[in-house]
Amino acid sequence: MSVELFVFVVAAAACLAGAVGVVASRNPVHAALSLVGTLFGIAVLFVAESANFLAAVQVIVYAGAIVVLFLFVIMLLGVDRADDLEVEPLVGQRVAAVFVALGILGLTFAAIASTGYEATGAVVGFDADVPDINRLGQSLFTDFLFAFEITSILLVIAVVGAVLLARRGRREDEIIDPGQEERAEEIAERMLLAEYRAHPEEFYEYEADEADAEGDGADDASEEVRT
Amino acid sequence: MIAALDVTPGWYLVLGSLLFSIGAFGLLVRRNPLVMFMCVELMLNAVTLTFVTFSRMLEDTGGQSVVVFVLVVAAAEVVVGLAIIVALLHKRPDATADDVALLEG
Repeated sequence: MSVELFVFVVAAAACLAGAVGVVASRNPVHAALSLVGTLFGIAVLFVAESANFLAAVQVIVYAGAIVVLFLFVIMLLGVDRADDLEVEPLVGQRVAAVFVALGILGLTFAAIASTGYEATGAVVGFDADVPDINRLGQSLFTDFLFAFEITSILLVIAVVGAVLLARRGRREDEIIDPGQEERAEEIAERMLLAEYRAHPEEFYEYEADEADAEGDGADDASEEVRT
Repeated sequence: MIAALDVTPGWYLVLGSLLFSIGAFGLLVRRNPLVMFMCVELMLNAVTLTFVTFSRMLEDTGGQSVVVFVLVVAAAEVVVGLAIIVALLHKRPDATADDVALLEG
């Protein structure tokens, strides 16, 4: 059993098992973890096809960022309970889905079979002396330069859109501290106590002033206000 | 017997086709918007695998460049899509794909 065959079989099994896991698992968290399996399998196949840079990007961007984002949303919203896969809300949906999926499969198989591998010949592979990242960079910044620049606009639009969507409707249900008004007196008392503990000398001064003005009660109010 | 088997590009294409079909099936069957989104990612990955395979068959780096763009578009799509899903599930935690109309207005 050659190394390439072994790698292909293992990675393809991981891909297919992960894909079935995504579709068939009841819990969204399990689906996300199955998706990681598929993505890693694809990354291994990229290495087998000498696209090393893309394999690294696949692991970093997909497994590292996108799946984590999925898990983050699942955990944030607390929707990690199991779906009931037994109910079929639309009558005949599954049967129709099976037919559509088989149709896509048949169409793609027919397309692959119709090419006949002689048309493109056996795999020659790239020149091993030039690293794939060099070739990719040259291609991106010459042939695909315009598309590359458009990509930056797309990313800016995506970020602005995400911020806008996430911020919408946050104002009216903002709650700082329920019952704050009811406990206003108690809070003021506590604040005064804390102030006394922090700077007791100021309060001694205040008490001395108060003792001075003991005789004429009319000045009391103004004294208090001053301190 | 098995040692004589060679991994031809056709194998990769068949695998990509299978992954694409499984993803499409899941997209049509599942009703949880998050899982449907994962199925879309599955289909995108099947396509990138096909692109890389053809890139090697034809000795054209253009296929790999397209995969880079697919990655960028997938990242942007996930960011916006998950923001919409968060807004949807915020209104009703058990919302399905049928309840997107909740976001109206």
